[in-house]
Amino acid sequence: MNEIEQRVEGFNFAYLDEQTKRMIRRALLKAIAIPGYQVPFSSREMPLPYGWGTGGIQITAAIIGKKDTLKVIDQGADDTVNAVNIRSFFSRTTGVITTEKTSQANIIQTRHRIPEQALHEDQIMVFQVPVPEPLQDIEPLKAQTTKMHALADYGLMYVKLYEDITQFGKITFSYDYPVMVNGRYLAAPSPIPKFDNPKLHQSPALMLFGAGREKRIYAIPPYTDVQSLSFEDYPFEVQQWDHPCAICGSRESFLDELITDNDGTRMFVCADSDYCQTQADAS
Amino acid sequence: MSKPILRLQDVNKQFTVYRRSAQPIDVLENVSFELFPGECLSLDGASGSGKSSILKLIFGNYCLSSGHIWCDFDGVDFIDFAAVSLRERHALRKKYINYVSQFLKAIPRISALDVVIQAGMNEVISGLVTQEQLTRRAQQLLERLNIQSQLWGLPPAIFSGGEQQRINLARGLISPKPLLLLDEPSASLDHQNTQVVIELIQEVRLNGTAMIGIFHDDQVRQALSTRSISIQQFKPSSNL
Amino acid sequence: MKPISQPLLKVSHLSKSYGQHVAVHKVEFDLGYGEVIAIVGESGSGKTTLLKSIACLTTPDSGEVIYQSEQFGDMDVFRLSSMQQRLLNRTEWGFVHQHARDGLRMNVSAGANIGERLMSLGQRHYGKIREQARYWLDMVEIDPKRMDDLPSTFSGGMQQRLQIARNLVTQPRLVMLDEPTSGLDVSVQAKLLDLFKKLAQQLGLSVLIVTHDLAVARLLADQMIVMQDGKIVERGLTDQVLDDPQHPYTQLLVSSIIAA
Repeated sequence: MNEIEQRVEGFNFAYLDEQTKRMIRRALLKAIAIPGYQVPFSSREMPLPYGWGTGGIQITAAIIGKKDTLKVIDQGADDTVNAVNIRSFFSRTTGVITTEKTSQANIIQTRHRIPEQALHEDQIMVFQVPVPEPLQDIEPLKAQTTKMHALADYGLMYVKLYEDITQFGKITFSYDYPVMVNGRYLAAPSPIPKFDNPKLHQSPALMLFGAGREKRIYAIPPYTDVQSLSFEDYPFEVQQWDHPCAICGSRESFLDELITDNDGTRMFVCADSDYCQTQADAS
Repeated sequence: MSKPILRLQDVNKQFTVYRRSAQPIDVLENVSFELFPGECLSLDGASGSGKSSILKLIFGNYCLSSGHIWCDFDGVDFIDFAAVSLRERHALRKKYINYVSQFLKAIPRISALDVVIQAGMNEVISGLVTQEQLTRRAQQLLERLNIQSQLWGLPPAIFSGGEQQRINLARGLISPKPLLLLDEPSASLDHQNTQVVIELIQEVRLNGTAMIGIFHDDQVRQALSTRSISIQQFKPSSNL
Repeated sequence: MKPISQPLLKVSHLSKSYGQHVAVHKVEFDLGYGEVIAIVGESGSGKTTLLKSIACLTTPDSGEVIYQSEQFGDMDVFRLSSMQQRLLNRTEWGFVHQHARDGLRMNVSAGANIGERLMSLGQRHYGKIREQARYWLDMVEIDPKRMDDLPSTFSGGMQQRLQIARNLVTQPRLVMLDEPTSGLDVSVQAKLLDLFKKLAQQLGLSVLIVTHDLAVARLLADQMIVMQDGKIVERGLTDQVLDDPQHPYTQLLVSSIIAA
């Protein structure tokens, strides 16, 4: 569904003032120059509270231009409340074309999923990030994590993985699974399911990550190596399902489990609504 | 004979006990003598005259106040044992000097057998013998010294004085070195054990070891010593 | 025998003050290969500050430490980058803290504690890490079955032994110990010291041990350094310092021990 709404009067294009856009772009350039490195930035007050995607919105606002086509998804779907609101926000402050078709968008803002459809070189993914620091849970002190990143001293993360295997028989990260970017920086890929991690590796698209509350921006440039952490004898594995998607029949996408009635009847459906629709239309 | 293995030259020893008067107390003055391989030099003198101190000075257990302790262990050069670095002194001790002190300083918790074996570890480390060979040697030595095998696994701290003494001796004899210092080696021993000790020491001397001994027992002294020195001559003039 | 021309560790002119208080004043000494040196003194002597300065746990005001590294040759320790210092501290050096909680991760299993150094250095095989952990637990006489237990479930003596294992896993050449037996019961102290002595001999370690307990020095050390008010007042072979102390302060220390 393409929507071209009337741009709202009284706001700068894409809401943010030009100086702010400049500041964010500078941060983005630095982030792209140092893949995986968290660049601090002055997160602005946005018309929605922290925790609702302010980081992602600020990045999109800083890069979006009149000729861009924007897609916004939340957990893979275009029609959830947050996705709808954010899409509407940009529509009204920029007047750009919005779309639900992955293949047609050149900026895709996302919360917690990467689209199933393979991305191409003209596309930019903007991730909403709650916690940019992959070491947060195991080392709360910022002074320490800064040192660890500076010295590429990530032994502690492997200790955590070791403990997981010892206690649970496997690595327990199922989302926000830590990755090594360009062989140098440990990064949090945002709470995308580990199923999506392989899509980060050597992707033709530019990946930008924004954390508004934590005031950090980081990036994975196109065609960058991104490895999910693992042990040689406990290699990285993605989720698998026994069922195909109930709507389109795909066995290759990330499935959501839906409970459809009070008896507990369950249905497995693609999380990526556009992908599911495209597959269903094709067959 | 050939060269001396040891030559003391004008060794002086003073003690300064700071908690008392801080006045230096002279103990030995101008101690000079030589020792040759295969000799057993007996130090004679009254109790408290400084005989043990001389042994301790040679070993480096005491610091000398002035003088030199020339050693020629390898038949090449003389070095001043008192003037070398700590590291060298430690190494030289391990390699060339066995010191049988008057009382066994029992390191707690180490078994009698291990106490003796440890004294010979240098040979294992330098590959001259295997651990098993050394252990066997230690056992044989203890047997000869009439220490029953039931005691071998026990720490010597609980032994009688005579037994401790024999462990101490075994430590000094397990790995023969060019210089052997003996401080009252038979002091707590009965007649039978004294004979064994005399035999053992004699064997070592006949193999070329040079030794200095303090023997309170006339019989032992006569059996072992090839030469005597009276310590009286080294008494500090201030004490006369 | 390795030809010894250079000492393993050479400390020169090390000084550190905390405000007006001079903790360590121009201390110089060296440590040879395979040597065990005990640094003794009472509280406030500066011995712990000295050790921590050498280990780069605290920054001295002046001084130099030259270390003969197996991997890198001559190293001017204070002029190394943070990265190099960290690497050194994780490979060729070990540091055993007075309190186990400072030297262990208490919220992570014993096996992970031992494996951490290996993981930091790039070891990525879980099974192999566990093998090493098992081996070193055994070496420090902790039942390997306790590998997955948290250190907080260990006794004080076991925690210290775990600390030792954690350090030895990368086979360091130099191990520094800061009052490793303080706070432990006497029998537990004894066990720890005996174990450490055995390991030091077996592995040919060079050791610097800071202690206020002369009996520890007597048991473990070839040489003793006595410190008072930030300065070295006496140094010698252990038996000599204990039997014929030269300096008034050393005499005081030695005469203060009550023989058991």
